[in-house]
Amino acid sequence: MRLAVVQRLLGLLLLIFSFTLLPPVAVSWYFDDGGANAFLSGYVLTVIAGVVIWFPARKHTQDMRLRDGFLVVAAFWFGLGTVGALPLLFLEQPVMSLTDAMFESMSGLTTTGATVLTGLDDLPRSLLYYRQQLQWLGGMGIIVLAVAVLPMLGVGGMQLYRAEIAGPVKDSKLTPRITETAKALWYIYLGLTVACGGAYYAAGMGAFDALCHAFSTVAIGGFSTHDASIGYFNSPAVNGVAIVFMFAAGINFSLHFLALRGTSLNVYLRDSEFRAYAKGMLGLAIAVITYLYFFGGYTSLQQTVNEGLFQVVSIATTTGFTTTNFAAWPGAIPVLLLFASFVGGCAGSTGGGMKVMRCLLLYRQGIREIKRLVHPNAEIPVKLGGNPVSPRVIEAVWGFFAVYVAVFVLMMTILLFDGVDQVTAFSAIAASLNNLGPGLGDVAGNYGTLSDLSKWVCVIAMLLGRLEIFTLLVIVSRSFWQE
Amino acid sequence: MNILILGAGQVGSNVAHQLAREEANQVTIVDTNATALRELQDRLDVRTVIGHAAYPDVLERAGARKADMVIALTNSDELNMVICQIAYTLFDTPTKIARIRAPEYINAPDLFQSEHMPVDVCISPEQLVTDNIEQLIHHPGAFQVLEFADGKVRLVGVRAHKGGLLVGQQLKALDEHLPNVEVRIAAVYRAGYPVPVDGETTLEAGDEVFFIAARKDIRVVMSEIRKLEEPVRRVFIAGGGNIGYRLARALENTNQVKIIERNRARARQLSERLERAIVLCGDAADEALMLEESVDGADIFVAVTDAEEANILSSMLAKRLGCKKVMALINRPSYAELVESGNIDVAISPQQVTIGSLLTYVRRGDVVKVHALRRGRAEAIEAIAHGEPGHSKVVGRAIDEIKLPQGTSICTIVRGDVVMQAHHDTVVEENDHVILFMTDRRHIDDVERVFQAR
Repeated sequence: MRLAVVQRLLGLLLLIFSFTLLPPVAVSWYFDDGGANAFLSGYVLTVIAGVVIWFPARKHTQDMRLRDGFLVVAAFWFGLGTVGALPLLFLEQPVMSLTDAMFESMSGLTTTGATVLTGLDDLPRSLLYYRQQLQWLGGMGIIVLAVAVLPMLGVGGMQLYRAEIAGPVKDSKLTPRITETAKALWYIYLGLTVACGGAYYAAGMGAFDALCHAFSTVAIGGFSTHDASIGYFNSPAVNGVAIVFMFAAGINFSLHFLALRGTSLNVYLRDSEFRAYAKGMLGLAIAVITYLYFFGGYTSLQQTVNEGLFQVVSIATTTGFTTTNFAAWPGAIPVLLLFASFVGGCAGSTGGGMKVMRCLLLYRQGIREIKRLVHPNAEIPVKLGGNPVSPRVIEAVWGFFAVYVAVFVLMMTILLFDGVDQVTAFSAIAASLNNLGPGLGDVAGNYGTLSDLSKWVCVIAMLLGRLEIFTLLVIVSRSFWQE
Repeated sequence: MNILILGAGQVGSNVAHQLAREEANQVTIVDTNATALRELQDRLDVRTVIGHAAYPDVLERAGARKADMVIALTNSDELNMVICQIAYTLFDTPTKIARIRAPEYINAPDLFQSEHMPVDVCISPEQLVTDNIEQLIHHPGAFQVLEFADGKVRLVGVRAHKGGLLVGQQLKALDEHLPNVEVRIAAVYRAGYPVPVDGETTLEAGDEVFFIAARKDIRVVMSEIRKLEEPVRRVFIAGGGNIGYRLARALENTNQVKIIERNRARARQLSERLERAIVLCGDAADEALMLEESVDGADIFVAVTDAEEANILSSMLAKRLGCKKVMALINRPSYAELVESGNIDVAISPQQVTIGSLLTYVRRGDVVKVHALRRGRAEAIEAIAHGEPGHSKVVGRAIDEIKLPQGTSICTIVRGDVVMQAHHDTVVEENDHVILFMTDRRHIDDVERVFQAR
């Protein structure tokens, strides 16, 4: 462990991130909403923090080791959540406690989309913009962005990239150089965002709302500039745009890359993870819409499809936009949707959850066990896209699943001890860990009623979910710190 | 440059390592061995693709369509040729390099032409290493001998000893000692670090000196730097693999060669193929056998088995038993650095030799020859000056006026058959072969830019 190397990088990353506090200042000036000072102070403090951290270690330019990468990523996400909360603390309106500011900032960065704020429509525009921007930066990954713009990282870039990118197989690069891969991912991300914003604008949103919602849609975040979320617009066209882009952002970005390079859509159809993702989404939508049609109290089929499909895609991709209070829907639907968020998006997408790839592998592993019982002597590999998956990967998926469940149970228990009711505790942790956002019960729209302790537990859950648990668990393990 | 390397064996990994270090290269490496690839991926910023290296779909996946160069380094000559053929036929790759070991293929006339077998460059690491060792044996005292300009000029690395006439004097004294010889001291390393070279620099015993001179002058220059050694007569080779065999073949008519090989069948085979060399069957670390065969009387002991640890130990043993000079084939740079300043006189790095010949094709600009030095940190380059005076950054300019990065110097110019030492006022003409020495090859980009014709 070479702390100085980690420290230098951490300082540099903070310095780079500090610039992202400047666009809200411009937004504030433009709308003259009085929030500029808070963001400027946040900027100055972040720069100072960055310099203080970087300066003493500036000469330690050695290559990073595998272990250093974990520490950089974990420390940076923590640090970023903290400095991201600074402007929220400085704002005159709304007045936020430290806990609330941290919660909001982390919920933004991890693309969870759970909020403690109410009366969003009346808040300063700069703050609204800032929340959306946080989600956008966190979506593809701030570290991936850093790898794209900092060529000096070299092999170290790969270590960082691996600690942040989502999915069970992290070695697949799109291009020989890691910086090129990171750039490609960000270009696609940027392209999707621009397209999404344009489509929202065309569907009738104002320019400011279109930009803000494009940020949180493509990042699979779920923050909105209105209390009623996407429901505010009450427009099937807006819902349609959101559905398309949430679905697209939940697909592995490598597929987008390959499809663009080969200019062919076959890439998607050949990918077994995508097929499982699409089929699952479709099956869930049919089940939910059918049930809603008969028992949901909606009058027209068109409205049922509109509401049902939107909510299914929004929750299953872990975005967390709402057009209606889905927690009040009848039967098993609310819980079913919440379970769908455990599956989440594809590996290498901006979505949360355990990722379709892992669930697919778990499912195939289960099928294999059944086949083995029938044919005890058969050689049955687990395959993905026709290729056998190495036992190492399957073990890792099992390990991930086990830890995910354990973390979930532990955190839910803490909330229950804290006096939260069962439905709320279950859904709050599920929504935080899966980076979903809205839960059921008391947290269906807003997390403001939770106690400080419960909020902090949710903050940790969000970070664990975004960094796929192991990156954080690794640095609290004893073996990590033993030389 | 977009480079596709097929085969992640020892040579493949090392080539990937060297090439990926340079910012400008994008390296993809293909192999069937997933473990080897994962290790590479951990250490290097390269892309890896698992699959059979000659299958078109694997090549396609690895990005052969965009590759500027494919380097086929699998274990099989035949496979390497097929890879080049496929790259040529299906992907139209500009530069195709293949490792071809069997001299039977290399010696076949007209085989490697684009309408027959489209391999642009054949490299045979064993042959390169053998040539390298042969040069070292012909120039006793040198630890490195490299050719430029079709052999007209050589770059020689020598360690300075007390017996040398120049040791303890300033370098400018060299011109007084040898007024009629065109020689240029390219670099001096003291305790592993480069020392700035000019006329005032004083040479000390123990310095590593690189000089460039015409072939005929090398012996006399070497006598300036260390006491001249007797020409080598008795050579003892440990290891009868490809390198050992080739070396024995090359030397058996001029020297007294003994070659020792462990495997009886291989020893028998060697004895049938060699004319005069004596083939021994046994272990090079067997003290009794070595004394029996009078290793103590040998002028030089060369350990070239494929186990580098065995090479190190057997050559140390030979040295202790009284052999005058020992050389060992060592792959790992860290091993080489460990032993070279101690008991082993010369550590031969097959990778360094191989990479040099590959770099020639990776370099942009009119570069005709590249030699990697000092475990790849330094580099000697031969480039051709092209362009109109006034437009080119080189042609028509005096050496002083050519802007080169720090640690890089123009040493020698070969104009037609004439070898000239580069003085500060020498004006470069079109088609001159310019030989440069870079102590830090990270500046390679700047050097390439200077030699790129507009």
